[in-house]
Amino acid sequence: MYAFAYQRPTTVRQVQSALGKHEDAKILAGGQTLLPTMKQRLASPSAVIDLGHVAGLSGIEKKGRNIVIGAMARHAEVATSEVVREAIPALAALAGGIGDPAVRNRGTIGGSVANNDPSADYPAALLALGATIVTNKRKIAADDFFQGMFTTALEEGEIITKVSFPVPAKAAYVKFPNPASRYAMVGVFVSKKGSDVKVAVTGASNEGVFRAAGLEAALKGKFNPKAVEGVAVDGSNFIADIHGSADYRANLVSVMTKRAVTKALGK
Amino acid sequence: MISVSMTVNGKAVSAKIDPRTLLVQFLRENLLLTGTHVGCDTSQCGACVVHVDGKAIKSCTTLAATCDGASVVTIEGLAHDGVLHPMQEAFRENHGLQCGFCTPGMIMSAIDIVNRKGHDLDEHTIREELEGNICRCTGYHNIVKSVAAGAHAMAGSK
Ligand SMILES: Cc1cc2nc3c(=O)[nH]c(=O)nc-3n(C[C@H](O)[C@H](O)[C@H](O)COP(=O)(O)OP(=O)(O)OC[C@H]3O[C@@H](n4cnc5c(N)ncnc54)[C@H](O)[C@@H]3O)c2cc1C
Ligand code: FES
Ligand code: FES
Repeated sequence: MYAFAYQRPTTVRQVQSALGKHEDAKILAGGQTLLPTMKQRLASPSAVIDLGHVAGLSGIEKKGRNIVIGAMARHAEVATSEVVREAIPALAALAGGIGDPAVRNRGTIGGSVANNDPSADYPAALLALGATIVTNKRKIAADDFFQGMFTTALEEGEIITKVSFPVPAKAAYVKFPNPASRYAMVGVFVSKKGSDVKVAVTGASNEGVFRAAGLEAALKGKFNPKAVEGVAVDGSNFIADIHGSADYRANLVSVMTKRAVTKALGK
Repeated sequence: MISVSMTVNGKAVSAKIDPRTLLVQFLRENLLLTGTHVGCDTSQCGACVVHVDGKAIKSCTTLAATCDGASVVTIEGLAHDGVLHPMQEAFRENHGLQCGFCTPGMIMSAIDIVNRKGHDLDEHTIREELEGNICRCTGYHNIVKSVAAGAHAMAGSK
């Protein structure tokens, strides 16, 4: 790790001014992605701004028809939150399936969403549930937020403060974890609210998380695992690596979608 | 350099450190608590697991600076007056270790599992929950037995 200045602000405003003062400063949330990256010298920020003591970034609450989760909520907190388990059990289960218990005790929703790893779990939930990302500057719809792997709508000096999830009628997430890393080889989040159906896929595409329009159309017709059969999944821009070919991942998208729909129906 | 103060195994400690110092370096090199191991240094193996404010975390993937004001417990903090913690005793009784390199992390994770999931742990739960701890020797069988036995013993020792 290269040397850096360490700062521990207590308000979002101080974070913003610290980010403005240092060229190349990075926010530290749970550190479960940033610290390994710095240890490999793939990142070398001049300053690390620790969010650990910043007020107003924690907590999980139900606000009207939304579940609002603070950026610093750890994966373990979301997984065990009564509020989340009751309103969106699929989201609690997703958080409980990230990495391992020690990673879940540190990693945060804000860090995962800001990072937008192409194999991360949370981005699929945000897209499929139509979540809103709240920053110190504005509100961003999930559809506008994720812009390709490791790329988001966040601008310089922008800090995620919370994520707001509308409560769906039905939802489920199923991932095929890489047996070594537990990241998603392919993960599919489906949700249904009224006649609206959303299907978001993570782990598969070179362009990061995406909504599968063909699958959504088929499931709007009939929200049933059978509806997925016969829908072609275009794998031409899918990830191909030692873990699986693009075709293999395309097939996994169909299989995971069927399983997710079955699960959402409570079967 | 920055100052940090924390409680480690019940004792208050403070030091001036380079902000880069990882918690595991602070424990091993400043405090000479070498029971916490570095296996992979890439957040995968769990040999470095300690408790911070009662929760299991990987000390190779945590800055010492972020633990300012926290209470840290390492493997050295478990035994009291020469009597092993019930989970340590269970690993000894059940031959839950061979070379012992992974053992401090296994035991700290195991106690965290009991804290979260209670004293009656089935094999599936234990294996699932030990996802982040890797052992190159035992094949896990006796580790799983040790954790189940230790979990029961912890109920009795309260
Ligand atoms: C062994 C291991 C296994 C893992 N397995 C999985 C898995 O199965 N699925 C999965 O999804 N993830 C997995 N992860 C990643 C984990 O979920 C991370 O916690 C997460 O990706 C990053 O969150 P963090 O809080 O640790 O962020 P950090 O590492 O602290 O930060 C990540 C990035 O986000 C930025 N950032 C952080 N917070 C904010 C904010 N509030 N506003 C703006 N920018 C911010 C930082 O500057 C940094 O660039 C794994 C990690 C490890 C080490
Ligand atoms: S040394 Fe920390 S996880 Fe391996
Ligand atoms: S006992 Fe040797 S690594 Fe586990």
